[in-house]
Amino acid sequence: MKRLTAFLPKKIAISPPVAAVILAVVLFLLSGLLPNGYGSNVSIAIAQATNITRLSVFLGVIAAGQTLVIISGGEGIDLSVGAVVTLSAIIAYVIINGQDGMLLPGLLAALAVGAAIGLLNGIGVAYLRIAPLVMTLGMSGVVTGLILVAQHGNVSGAVSPLMTRVIARPWFFGIPGAIIIWILFGLLMWLLIERTTFGKNLFAIGSNRTTARLSGVHVTGMVVATYALAGLLSGLGGFLVLGNTGVVFIAMGNSFLFPSIAAVAVGGTLLSGGKGSYFGTMAGALVLTLITSLLTTMQMPDSVRQMVLGGTLLVLISIYGRQRGFRQ
Amino acid sequence: MNNVLNRMRWQYFTLRNPYLFSLLLLVLAMLVNLFFQPDLLSRGSLNSNMRVFLPLVLVTAGQAVVILGGGIDISVGSIVSIVNAILATQLGSNASPEKIALMLGAVLLVGMAAGAINGFFISYLRLQPIITTYATSFLYAGVALFILPSPGGAVPNGISSFYRETTPLGLPLTLYVIPLILIAWYLLRQTRYGGYLYAVGGKADAAYETAVPVNAVQFSTYVISGLMAAFGGIAITLLTGSGSATIGADITLTSITAVVIGGTALRGGVGGVAGAVLGAITLGLFKNIISFANVNLWWQTFVNAAIIVVALAAPGAINLLRRTIGSRTRQHPTTGQERQA
Repeated sequence: MKRLTAFLPKKIAISPPVAAVILAVVLFLLSGLLPNGYGSNVSIAIAQATNITRLSVFLGVIAAGQTLVIISGGEGIDLSVGAVVTLSAIIAYVIINGQDGMLLPGLLAALAVGAAIGLLNGIGVAYLRIAPLVMTLGMSGVVTGLILVAQHGNVSGAVSPLMTRVIARPWFFGIPGAIIIWILFGLLMWLLIERTTFGKNLFAIGSNRTTARLSGVHVTGMVVATYALAGLLSGLGGFLVLGNTGVVFIAMGNSFLFPSIAAVAVGGTLLSGGKGSYFGTMAGALVLTLITSLLTTMQMPDSVRQMVLGGTLLVLISIYGRQRGFRQ
Repeated sequence: MNNVLNRMRWQYFTLRNPYLFSLLLLVLAMLVNLFFQPDLLSRGSLNSNMRVFLPLVLVTAGQAVVILGGGIDISVGSIVSIVNAILATQLGSNASPEKIALMLGAVLLVGMAAGAINGFFISYLRLQPIITTYATSFLYAGVALFILPSPGGAVPNGISSFYRETTPLGLPLTLYVIPLILIAWYLLRQTRYGGYLYAVGGKADAAYETAVPVNAVQFSTYVISGLMAAFGGIAITLLTGSGSATIGADITLTSITAVVIGGTALRGGVGGVAGAVLGAITLGLFKNIISFANVNLWWQTFVNAAIIVVALAAPGAINLLRRTIGSRTRQHPTTGQERQA
């Protein structure tokens, strides 16, 4: 076995977020060589790059909450993001109902619903000590059930013109609003994780809960707050997705669930907690969206697409997702 | 002091009997089910229920072994789909008995090979289980879709009705399979391997230091899980009699829930396959209750999920209650808090 594993580097010098960004750039440059790629046409290449970045925003924002939950450790994971995205999008859709004036109430409602579901997740995990995976999975079922009950297969509502303009259309120099929002959001996330007490405590409970508690961190409170915040961020994600698609449907959030975890892992955040960054997740979201859209443009059958996606993910995590061996 | 002793007794008791709660839950679910469906235990109902539960029971048993060993397997559903796709396309409605036997053997090997791929990446390349099996779940789902691009195919009527209708000694076939799983687990548990499994799941580093072949044990759990998923795939194919490349998609997360409901901790090292089997049957009964209690169609998903969350929360709620009552009389001298598990 030793000989086999010797081929893979135990440690690489560049950090995972940087590696993921480099990978994204290389993949994108290579995609120009595809038969229906952009070839040597620079303006098309820029347009394509912008579009792929724009599409990554939604996964990127939704994966932000996932990043926090995973850093918080204790097998932390949030499987309710898909359902929360759908529910918050539906609620914003119904409240806004085509009026620009209702944009803020719609956004606040989406955030509040997300935070409330996250709070319940946190209480279940911190106080009832239910494993995060099954707690959030159960909550996802409950939320999906609620959507079915409330929606009965159809809702009436609409996005407002302002919402579409802000999220889906370019602001200046052809840069879509979503990308600008994402950059600002990324800075806020960086501030939160790296420059606040919350961030410090988050890494503390992620690496070792007992030490964290003995150093005065209120562990249960932190866990509840983290899940609630993650729910809130999923709610924001739902709002943004709604602004992009303009319509709601029952499974709209499901396609973000597992990719959000994959984006976190590809971005170099340890799934066991205590180590990670949101920039990594942003890079991971870019890589995953890029791979998915490349596979779509290559017009391969669904089966091949899934195999390539799975294989690529395996290769990616093999490069820098390796845990410490027992021998060291 | 007496309080501490009491609490330790309680902890010891629940640790020694991880199945206790799942057994209680199963009995409760059965009683409620009997109320809504009085003929639950008649031969016909028992058979029609158990043959639907069996695929999940089989997959869950394998999932439990992986989780006990400290891992998780997100790819089981895709393995079920591969097996279903292979059987439905390769057998057709008039395969000879030899071909049937050959294909059944082949799909079991396919399941084990899929599990071996998972195990290789996780135990030898030291990748994180959840993301690795998530990646391979795509890989395997793609393979299933490649084999069977659109739903269809068939298996010989004979073996399908054998699975569905055989009731030796008046008991459904499935009621013979479940004790087999339990006996196999009991025997496995007695071997050195059984001890290793708990050691690796409990604390892999400590196990390594005491010369337990940690990598080999972890690897083997995924092979077992792949094999059980293949058995589950065979069962679901015989049940439905046809093929669909996404047939296993829903089974993955349900199997994990069943393992947890069955008293096995997701962090590994605590619990067992027997509880997981009870958990899988309990989840089946929940669905049964909902359909027999005439719950409005729109409410069914919600009610089912709510019951599951309550069932998951109950042990924690009992413990929380005990802790709050306990801490009223005695607090930890330095932290004022209960020690975290």
